[in-house]
Amino acid sequence: MTATTLTHDEVHHHDTPRGWRRWLFSTNHKDIGTLYLFFALTMLFLGGASAMLIRMELFQPGIQLLEPDLYNNLVTNHALLMIFGAVMPAAAGLANWMIPMMIGAPDMALPRMNNLSFWILPAAASMLILSFVVPFFPGGGTQINTGWTLYPPLSIQVGMSMDFLIFAIHLLGISSVLASINIIVTLLNMRAPGMTLMKMPIFCWSWLVTAFLLILVVPVLAGGVTMLLFDRHFGTSFFDAAGGGDPVLFQHLFWFFGHPEVYILLLPSIGVLSHVIPAFSRKPLFGYHSMVGAMLAVATIGMVVWAHHQYTIGMSLGAVTYFMIGTILISIPVGLMIFNFIATMWRGSMTFETPMLFAVAIILMFTFGGLSGVMLAVVPADMQYQDSMFVVAHFHYVLMPGAVFGLFAGVFYWLPKWTGHMYDERLGKLFFWINVIGFNITFFPQHFLGLAGMPRRIVDYNVMFTEFNVVSSIGAMIFGLSHLLFLYIIIKTIRGGKQARNRAWEGAKGLEWELDSPPAFHTWTVAPQIR
Amino acid sequence: MTQTSTPPADNPVLPLPRREPSDQRALPLCSRSLGTGLALLLGAPCADADYGINFPEPAAGVAQEIYDIHMLTMTIATVLLVIVFAIVFYSLYFHRKSRGYVADQNFHNSWFGHWSWVIVPMLVLGVDLTIAGKADAVLKEVWEVPKEQNIMDVKVTGHQWWWEFDYLDHGIKVESRFVPKEQSGDLYLREVDNHLVLPTGTKIRFLHTSADVLHAFWVPALAVKKDAIPGYVTETWAQIDREGTFRGQCAELCGTWHSRMPIVVDAVSPKQFAAWVDERKAVMVAAAAEAGSDRTWSLDELYARGKTGFKTRCAPCHQVNGMGLPPAFPALNGSKIATGPIADHLRIVINGKQGTAMQSWATLDDLEIASIVTYERNAWDNKTGDVVQPADVKKAR
Repeated sequence: MTATTLTHDEVHHHDTPRGWRRWLFSTNHKDIGTLYLFFALTMLFLGGASAMLIRMELFQPGIQLLEPDLYNNLVTNHALLMIFGAVMPAAAGLANWMIPMMIGAPDMALPRMNNLSFWILPAAASMLILSFVVPFFPGGGTQINTGWTLYPPLSIQVGMSMDFLIFAIHLLGISSVLASINIIVTLLNMRAPGMTLMKMPIFCWSWLVTAFLLILVVPVLAGGVTMLLFDRHFGTSFFDAAGGGDPVLFQHLFWFFGHPEVYILLLPSIGVLSHVIPAFSRKPLFGYHSMVGAMLAVATIGMVVWAHHQYTIGMSLGAVTYFMIGTILISIPVGLMIFNFIATMWRGSMTFETPMLFAVAIILMFTFGGLSGVMLAVVPADMQYQDSMFVVAHFHYVLMPGAVFGLFAGVFYWLPKWTGHMYDERLGKLFFWINVIGFNITFFPQHFLGLAGMPRRIVDYNVMFTEFNVVSSIGAMIFGLSHLLFLYIIIKTIRGGKQARNRAWEGAKGLEWELDSPPAFHTWTVAPQIR
Repeated sequence: MTQTSTPPADNPVLPLPRREPSDQRALPLCSRSLGTGLALLLGAPCADADYGINFPEPAAGVAQEIYDIHMLTMTIATVLLVIVFAIVFYSLYFHRKSRGYVADQNFHNSWFGHWSWVIVPMLVLGVDLTIAGKADAVLKEVWEVPKEQNIMDVKVTGHQWWWEFDYLDHGIKVESRFVPKEQSGDLYLREVDNHLVLPTGTKIRFLHTSADVLHAFWVPALAVKKDAIPGYVTETWAQIDREGTFRGQCAELCGTWHSRMPIVVDAVSPKQFAAWVDERKAVMVAAAAEAGSDRTWSLDELYARGKTGFKTRCAPCHQVNGMGLPPAFPALNGSKIATGPIADHLRIVINGKQGTAMQSWATLDDLEIASIVTYERNAWDNKTGDVVQPADVKKAR
């Protein structure tokens, strides 16, 4: 490199763009990571508000607050906002921020595509919100009352808002696939010299697996909803039995995407935990290799067990037996992950800062959710659980600790690195306790509701289900409102606070902690050498 | 068939007193939650159905087996959970920096660290196989309907938002719709106008299908949940082993009034069942004779009949006041269909409207369609004065 270009690079690197241009035209992985995280936070509050409305309606038997179709629409929106709007973008935000810093790369491999994959999201979110708003206008058609699973023939009956939703899903899918390509290319090509794949931080591994999963399954969902669109408007009969189609085909397409999606939500958080637990136990991760193996195994088995979401459609005995055994076997890699986490804590020298508190809560509660998952996998028993509140309780026990708490842990763990300030530990712990207790009050009673015979997705219920619904709704208000505290902590930390050291946590290991807190706009312009 | 049934309040085929939901609410909340927690913690069969925290007491052999395997997996899950919690809490307490514990930096390099990736999956596999082995045996029995000649067939058809039960071996049919709160009281959303009456001690095969969207037939005490899918016939079976009333609900989201599709099974002795079948047949014969007669009906007669029919079949969507719930369910009061040409009105009632929740009502007899259409054309502000005779319906089909 000549002297002239060096000077040019220097100037370019230190000139941080300002104003809206900095964000709209950004190709910087840190800025795009921040955008992702704030987008996710916004969606978290929208999705949370819909959940709180749902729980308010279910506070008492009878229809008090929401018309049935509005209720069903909120159920649909809550799921889509949380899955596609909150959890996936938040995980992508962590990936954008951390992966280049962790592997010693100056940025993501495809920075302009990175910009595109983020800026598709607000467009997708607008489509999603429009699908909710349009029915309130004259001629806007009926509301989406299908739940996020969009099963035909019900989804064929819905008005034009379903078309908005289908296009929103297309956009969200494009965004995810672009981000995944970027992450795979970055991880495979941009690692610092000496960092072999088996020396790569587990968070990067978890995203490598997640990105492959996304590329494999998102197009299937896109195809499924496109077929739905054709059935709705272009006279095809993919899912219409009267025209020679098959309504169950959509369920297979949907869950071929939908089940791996569970691991797409889960794995990045598993990656975060693999950093948080060793840091606060002050000893290395137990079983790095088995962790990588377990993630690959979960992804592989997770791809071929989708039909356990639809045991009641009347598959053959052979098919359900296969799906049952496959599903039960998932407990092996997942059990190994949990075991590795516990063994990392074992004989460690633990302290309990907020990220570690969330990590411990994940281990306990995710184990609980996983075990109720094994119960659900058992076909004969699932004939009772299927589509009951037991399922709602189960998947919230898996996804809330497994995905969302993992993201909270990650945010608290890396917030000092991102902002250069320590967050208020006292408030962080307060948030943890309110959040976790609120969560358990909300979802634990729903197990009983399901077993006693309350179906899910009903707007109104018999008095025999009242007590647990009251408890659950009270819990939901505590749980929902606690996130305002989370928002406050974040804002407070961004605005100021105790200066964070470069290695913000005593036991933290990894390249990201070698950088300044906050890191320079461009980092690792000279790649570090890994032994 | 609705208008000919006995009202649920004094239904003669209810041999057992109903379990009142209010009984289930007798215990104060705190003691119940405590009991609940303990029951789940112990995974014990003491989890009493009356408190609504576990499956209701099974009323069929298959349901009992499902109940048993549920309790088995729950027990295994609880034991594992206790073990995990114990290990974690031990570690949380003893392996703390504040207690001066120094981290063992080589723990992962011990023999245990090297071989745990084999040991742990083996242990988990052992648990998995225990569960899967037991489940597999039960699954065969639950899934495969016994191949017997004399099995009784009941065809269950899901509609938005009511159930239709065809007793294929007896040639009778029951339509079952939810009962508004004023009439059902504490059983609101757990009560229907016409119960599904079934004999005990008889193997019954349920054939599930749907006329519109997906539904799912679920009666927890019988443990027969299966989706009703248009274009498919799925099957489940049960042999009910005690008399009683068993309540369930539609379990697959089917649109606006998904919450209003209860299922109520009355299990009676085969003798009582035979008597009930005879009674229904007589009622059906009488109704058919009336509908088939060539007489000309007056506006008032049709209006009165149509009012009942409309309230049962049409009002759930179009509302008793005819105003509908737009945009999903259009108003009939003042609508172009209900005040325009009779032929168009008949066509939409008989054929339904594709792509909407408006289904075909072609299975109703001529008299019933004629009376409902007459009612719709004369009720509220629709004072057309039109009279539609059964003969007109016959022509329009």
